Amino acid sequence: MSNIEQNKNILEVTSLAISFGGLNAVDNFSLSIKNKELYGLIGPNGAGKTTVFNLLTGVYRPDQGEILLDGENLVGKSVEEINKTGIARTFQNIRLFNRLTVLENVKVGFNAFNKYNLLDAVLALPNKKKVEEESNGEAMELLKVFNLQDEAHLLAGNLSYGEQRKLEIARALATKPKLLLLDEPAAGMNSNETMDLMNTIRFVRDKFNVTILLIEHDMKLVSGICERLTVLNFGRVLKQGITNDVLNDPEVIKAYLGD
Amino acid sequence: MEQIRNIKNKQFIYSLSTALMVIVGYAIMQSVINANLASPLIKGLMVPLCIYSILAISLNLVVGISGELSLGHAGFMCIGAFASCIFTRYMKWLGNESLLIFIIAILIGAVAAGLAGFLIGIPVLRLRGDYLAIVTLAFGEIIKNVINAIYLGVDSTGFKFSMKDSLDLNLGEGGIVIIKGAQGITNAPRYSTFLIGAIILLICVVILNNFINSYYGRNIMAIRDNRIAAESIGLNASRYKLLAFTIGSAMAGVAGVLYAHNLNTLAALPKNFGYNMSITILVFVVLGGMGNIRGSIISAVILTVLPEFLREFSNYRMLVYSILLVTLMIFSNAPALKDFRENLLSKINFGKNKKLINKE
Repeated sequence: MSNIEQNKNILEVTSLAISFGGLNAVDNFSLSIKNKELYGLIGPNGAGKTTVFNLLTGVYRPDQGEILLDGENLVGKSVEEINKTGIARTFQNIRLFNRLTVLENVKVGFNAFNKYNLLDAVLALPNKKKVEEESNGEAMELLKVFNLQDEAHLLAGNLSYGEQRKLEIARALATKPKLLLLDEPAAGMNSNETMDLMNTIRFVRDKFNVTILLIEHDMKLVSGICERLTVLNFGRVLKQGITNDVLNDPEVIKAYLGD
Repeated sequence: MEQIRNIKNKQFIYSLSTALMVIVGYAIMQSVINANLASPLIKGLMVPLCIYSILAISLNLVVGISGELSLGHAGFMCIGAFASCIFTRYMKWLGNESLLIFIIAILIGAVAAGLAGFLIGIPVLRLRGDYLAIVTLAFGEIIKNVINAIYLGVDSTGFKFSMKDSLDLNLGEGGIVIIKGAQGITNAPRYSTFLIGAIILLICVVILNNFINSYYGRNIMAIRDNRIAAESIGLNASRYKLLAFTIGSAMAGVAGVLYAHNLNTLAALPKNFGYNMSITILVFVVLGGMGNIRGSIISAVILTVLPEFLREFSNYRMLVYSILLVTLMIFSNAPALKDFRENLLSKINFGKNKKLINKE
């Protein structure tokens, strides 16, 4: 990949705003993320971080503002259309397909690629078998990245918490996104698991050529892998810049710890 | 890759055992009938058993796999029954009676009911939960009542239609009334046999199992488990739900075709196409297990045969039936008994597949 492409902005958000009733949940929010960047979105509880994710993925429609992914406008598109243009996400409260197996969870993520028609499906024609074999292979490859290959046959609901988080990332990656949004990927993990996860996130970024925007409260993870940060407070951008500069900013410390 | 093989084997064994169950069940009952060991009552039950099994598995697709509570399933059965019966009655009038006519009639019933399911599904599947249940219930009743008001006749000049009465049709010489309002279709040809019923049930089972174990079934179950997550990875939830609803309706239509051609007279009564029937089918599905095709067939068979054997209790029949129903429900769904069953199964498998894919 050339340097020019490396420095191109993959996501361009300008003056995004949404309010619920009288509450300005997100106000005048701007953000640009470079291709293949690892970007962090932090802020105290209730700052509007997840709301930003919901705006980016089309769950909420912004009152104003513009979202461009690779030059393509996303405002007004439905959730599934936005996924198809290249944004995939994980959820703060895990949302897996609990009654499907781990393997199937990932295979559902391939829905836009590994297709066959209804007749192939109901008559179990050779084309179905061929495509399913391909899906199985690709899904196992993805599961190996997250060290979940031995759990492939289990129901997703029976995995441990940490494994479920990893499976969510695997499923999101299965849709081959340009931008991956991770909502508190390390929540509920111990420090060893968090270290593992940090390495995995870096590995994923390099292997899948994906840009990553993550929300996280674990400052060790944030300072460990994020290249740049945006700090949200009461729905507004408090600070934006290189990770270390931002984390040492007195205003940011004040927002987190109070006066 | 051992894990993939495990999943595949499990799916294959399940599909195969369901199909084998139908074939073996047919073979046993047919030989019992051939040996003249069956009473006329039992003989008369064979086609209804196939019909109820098809209804149960088709509703299981909607309720168990797609996760939408539909209470109007009998309505689609009704559409399939009448659409096909109009065709076969007309053909009979023309002097055409053959197996080919019946096969075409089955396709007509499936397409008509599927189309109705598709059209009703577009607005209805926007609703969730209780609202969906109420609206499908209403649609089921509407279908039945509309058919009760229709008069359709045919003579040398063509089809004639009225919503008033059969005289209003002004039929010419040699014409017949096909649908006579609430009296329905009389003199319908009786094509349904146990063999045909069993074959159609087998086809439905194979198609449904293949569908569930495919890209489509997987996506539909993903949407059932978590709609928000499914949309976030690019699935169009309404489209897949509509697909499941349409296929479920079409299969109910096929069951309706069998029903229509098992009797001399076809009328849309509350008894056969009303909400009572829809609830009965739902009971089959719930008792057999949500999403469990094999279970649906077993419970449909048990719950259809049971009331017939309880006839000797005459007045207390429905009382005993409901007590048995509650008991069966407890036996099939109580957690302690589920664990017991699972343990038993894993012992049979020598602990090899213990809790490989346990439910819930």
